[in-house]
Amino acid sequence: MKQSLFTVLTNECIADKVYKMTLSGDISDITATGQFVNIKLDGFYLRRPISVCEAADGVLTIIYKAVGKGTEYMSSLSEGAVLDVLTGLGNGYTIEPSGDRPLLVGGGVGVPPMYGLAKLLRSKGKEVSVILGFNTKTDVFYEEEFKALGCKVFVTTADGSYGKKGFVTDAVGDVGEYTYFYTCGPEPMLKALYNATATGGQFSFEERMGCGFGACMGCSCKTKYGNKRICKDGPVLTKEEIIW
Amino acid sequence: MVDTKVTLSGIVLDNPVIPASGTFGFGYEFAEIYDINMLGTFSFKGTTKEPRFGNPTPRIAECPSGMINAVGLQNPGVEKVISEELPKLKKCFNKPVMANVSGFAVDEYVYCCEKLDKEEQVGWLEVNVSCPNVHGGGMSFGVSPEAAAQVTKAVKAVTAKPVYIKLSPNVTDIVSIAKACEEAGADGISMINTMLGMRIDLNKKKPIIANKMGGYSGSAIMPVALRMVYQVYEAVKIPIIGMGGITTAEDVIEMMLAGATAVQVGAANLIEPFACKNIIEDLPRVMEKYKINSLKEIIGGAH
Repeated sequence: MKQSLFTVLTNECIADKVYKMTLSGDISDITATGQFVNIKLDGFYLRRPISVCEAADGVLTIIYKAVGKGTEYMSSLSEGAVLDVLTGLGNGYTIEPSGDRPLLVGGGVGVPPMYGLAKLLRSKGKEVSVILGFNTKTDVFYEEEFKALGCKVFVTTADGSYGKKGFVTDAVGDVGEYTYFYTCGPEPMLKALYNATATGGQFSFEERMGCGFGACMGCSCKTKYGNKRICKDGPVLTKEEIIW
Repeated sequence: MVDTKVTLSGIVLDNPVIPASGTFGFGYEFAEIYDINMLGTFSFKGTTKEPRFGNPTPRIAECPSGMINAVGLQNPGVEKVISEELPKLKKCFNKPVMANVSGFAVDEYVYCCEKLDKEEQVGWLEVNVSCPNVHGGGMSFGVSPEAAAQVTKAVKAVTAKPVYIKLSPNVTDIVSIAKACEEAGADGISMINTMLGMRIDLNKKKPIIANKMGGYSGSAIMPVALRMVYQVYEAVKIPIIGMGGITTAEDVIEMMLAGATAVQVGAANLIEPFACKNIIEDLPRVMEKYKINSLKEIIGGAH
């Protein structure tokens, strides 16, 4: 974990209430895709944990949805704003078990960490399939970005206004054979995927956090391997250890 | 050179800053980012006789200038604390540590204190009779002078180490409880634990915290804590460890002026992992600003 100051470079709306922010700063402690950062915001007591979309060349990219007062405040920040950020939080994804044809499944604001992961897996020569699930057409983002990486992309919307109608699980059958999967999204989606997938996989969980670095036990969960802290021992858990 | 040393029951602390139980684990997360030997000491995660997972999540809710937690005393149980946590702690912390103990019955407090009494690194026992997050336990001992005295007497009988009773602010008269603890043989008072609070999610129209209520901490509660420390200082002779919303070196001095011999820093550690380090490094500057040469000379100075 490292605490440092980041400067906002860009902050743009890319879908309904969804913002992409790039920041410059010390990203040396971000060592795995699927990690998160914890951002201090003026006027808010707790930091805001946000998953890392990408960290490269001194630039941190995060994508967040303005769903509460804190994230709404974040969406109002413009170029030059300075933020106190804790980086290098969480375990992140392990790419070793991916096999040659990994499947990545992101739901809503669970999509961003899939991007950094897809980029990494593509750089290792993997054939990457991606399912992106949203509620409706105006929520959709990053379809083209994944395509530009050379991923095979499937989009679902719950109301059928874009891509395939239904949930991410409805697209799993369209992917063909995959060797392993990685996912991030709302818990009902994770649970549905758990049951709809045949291979091993890694799941990134979300929980209301106090500190974000393992001190307060605010985000504990039970696993087959004992109690874990989502922020420190997670947010990524493997399929075989999860207890629903 | 200003003097930041204070003495708690015969043990000299380099400074009065003590991370509060439940916000510092067993020290390792913080030892990774700074040398925790700079602390006065720290109070480790509340330990019970049996291992506990604690409450369901969500356990955390944000508030203006503070937060609510309802962790519910998650800990591996006293046996594992002794066999696994303390040996690890010894590698990153070379000072006496404060052992925080909780229970659901008097004999559970006694069981834990008896075990921890044999641990060399334990300098003080901090007996929590004030956890607001476990039903039927913890706080029930802290809400009446008789019950608090009963726990105090029972643990004093099994340990030679100084015993600090950690009191709840969620009572009608904290002074009478502190006095009862003193009469029962307590070596000191830790105060205050969190204040019982609640938040409701406007979307779901239900409490945010799964346990519905939880303990409110953070800078918002400091005036309440300060007032209670001030009142208890006038009523007891034993030392007080003051806590509740302490975030800055100025807060430390204010709490000591109210009557605290040392202070604990809780929620601030969670939003600012370097909070205690920053406070300790800032203390000499703030002491000079307010013309304070020695911290021990200001204890209770506001009376």
